[in-house]
Amino acid sequence: MKRNSLKLALLGGTLLASAAYAEDVTLTIESWRNDDLTLWQDEIIPAFEAKHPGIKVQFTPSAPAEYNAVLNSKLDAGSAGDLITCRPFDASLALYEAGHLTDLSSVEAMNNFSDVAKSAWQTDDGSASFCVPMASVIHGFIYNKDAFAELGLEVPTTEDEFFAALDKIKEDGTYIPMAMGTNDQWEAATMGYNNIGPNYWKGEEGRQALIAGEQKLTDEAWTAPYATLARWGAYLGDGYEAQTYPDSQNIFTLGRAAIYPAGSWEISGFNAQADFEMGAFKPPVQNAGDTCYISDHTDIGIGMNAATKNPEAAKTFLTWVASPEFAEIFGNALPGFFPLSSTPVELQDPLAKEIVGWREECESTIRSTYQILSRGTPNLENETWGASVAAIKGAKSPEELGAELQAGLASWYAPHQ
Amino acid sequence: MTRPRIRWHIVVFLAPAVLVYTAVMIFPLFNTLRLALYSEVDQSRVFVGLQNFQTLFFDPIWSEQFCNALGNNFWFFLIHMLVQNPIGIALAALLSHPRLRFAVLYRSAIFIPTILSFVIVGFAWKLILSPIWGIAPSMLDAVGLKSLFAPWLGKEEYALTTLALISVWQFVGIPMMLIYAALLSIPEEILEAGEVDGITGTSAFWKIKLPLILPSIGIISVLTFVGNFNAFDLIYAAQGALAGPDFSTDILGTFMYRTFFGFQLQLGDPHMGSAIAGAMFAIILLGVCVYLFGIQTRMRRYQL
Repeated sequence: MKRNSLKLALLGGTLLASAAYAEDVTLTIESWRNDDLTLWQDEIIPAFEAKHPGIKVQFTPSAPAEYNAVLNSKLDAGSAGDLITCRPFDASLALYEAGHLTDLSSVEAMNNFSDVAKSAWQTDDGSASFCVPMASVIHGFIYNKDAFAELGLEVPTTEDEFFAALDKIKEDGTYIPMAMGTNDQWEAATMGYNNIGPNYWKGEEGRQALIAGEQKLTDEAWTAPYATLARWGAYLGDGYEAQTYPDSQNIFTLGRAAIYPAGSWEISGFNAQADFEMGAFKPPVQNAGDTCYISDHTDIGIGMNAATKNPEAAKTFLTWVASPEFAEIFGNALPGFFPLSSTPVELQDPLAKEIVGWREECESTIRSTYQILSRGTPNLENETWGASVAAIKGAKSPEELGAELQAGLASWYAPHQ
Repeated sequence: MTRPRIRWHIVVFLAPAVLVYTAVMIFPLFNTLRLALYSEVDQSRVFVGLQNFQTLFFDPIWSEQFCNALGNNFWFFLIHMLVQNPIGIALAALLSHPRLRFAVLYRSAIFIPTILSFVIVGFAWKLILSPIWGIAPSMLDAVGLKSLFAPWLGKEEYALTTLALISVWQFVGIPMMLIYAALLSIPEEILEAGEVDGITGTSAFWKIKLPLILPSIGIISVLTFVGNFNAFDLIYAAQGALAGPDFSTDILGTFMYRTFFGFQLQLGDPHMGSAIAGAMFAIILLGVCVYLFGIQTRMRRYQL
């Protein structure tokens, strides 16, 4: 009797379990962030599944360099996952235009994000948003606190103070004033031009005006950052022309340089490598009291495969990604990749906290060349790399560089013709 | 009268090679050339004839990049011809000297870089020449010539020459081996006959050996030409796809790669990329034809 009831219970249990199993929906996420696999499996997915029984989530990343190609072929073959991690701007826009991504404008949680945050995953007219913004990276300068204390330096807030501090470090000679090389080229544009530039072209105002064709790259606002970059060359240490990106990282974390023009993605790496205390300061403004602008660049988002069989579950997941709960888990697990939701998130890492705090004081913008302007040939972003390097080396004057870039842009971009 | 029997075994034995070669070489080659005649308009492929080539050669932005890459490629080739091949010949002449000791050791040591991967060579030399961690600055310092050091790979005016010399270092073993083999095949009798006539030592090299190895030198020149105009790996490993600084090390291979596969925010354009690949193919074909019909047929051959 007892035995029978046990059997019955087991049978009933199995039936129930399989019934429940049949209702379970499994969502698959396509991503290039294979570095974050453990984070997703151990923290993000369990947190979501605890709140939403009945939806299972699988995170299936591929290698970053192959992601775009792999994703495209999977989408064409109809075997792609339900959720798709979005690269910013044209790569994702192409997917939306090809009908692979769903318009999410109607999803209520999208209101948790500012327009700047959404701009990376919108159609050019802003009418449709197709990915939920996940994280951005912020530019600024990371400095060696011990070195600053040793030399009695204050954290600079204006450009004059910035160059005075560099002069002092150079004079002392113990430290290389600033760790950056021009060999790999992109640092000069990303951590140089687009780091300090927003203060000149007034962030979004200038960026939008450039896209609309109201401002030109030959304008003072767009050439002045090159003039400032030209002054950097003297402080970058011997042989900076052949210094690569990893060289610069090592020079700084070994304590040989005092200032590092940075993107916030460096934080976790630097925390692990450097054995001195680090601080950060935002790009210095021209005159004390000026409004400051920071590059708060949208880097990663997540959207829904238009061919998914579980649109409701996928939307539930995306709504959760847009929530403060997700932002807090993600932001703390990956210091330096800042959640984009308008609700402020409490971050634990002091350096990350300092940097994300700039959002309160300054106006946010994204890198000037990323939206629309790098769609043609010559590609404005790539051209900007070369121009920034030429400015630092003093090979060309800011006016020449502005004229060249403008000519290149005008050759294919109608609002500038 | 019996019809000649079809010799099936010939077909069977040839088939694997023909099939594989067709699949991996001939078909891609012609398909690339075909792709160059199309363009993408509104997500669909359209036949545009020779328009891509017209853009490549006559559009100021494209033609400037193309000419830059082509000019750099010629400079790359020139350095190989002026440095690699003479050094290779000289080394071979030294190695074939009968009284040289440890010849096998030298031969292997000089040949070893050839079998290294481009990536290893690129990274190793990048580190050697690094102004920060490299041994080049400290070695120059040790002999009091620190002032001669410059961050060569980072300067527009030196970077391409530096990379060409790195490539020479890597591949000098190939001309050396080919010439060495040619020198060894020269019969002793000829040299002895020369000695009887009073031609010895250096003049034996110039007057007897060199004319006899000229065909080999011709082959090496063609191999160098084809290799250089197809080059890509070393530049990509050392300087990246942008072939910096300021495109000063950009050669046809890196230009094609950047265009075809895209780079950073630049989306790939397989059609323009194929047009560049087609132009590369034409240049190499032309060079090889000039050699085959212009030089090789006029070369005097000696019956050994």
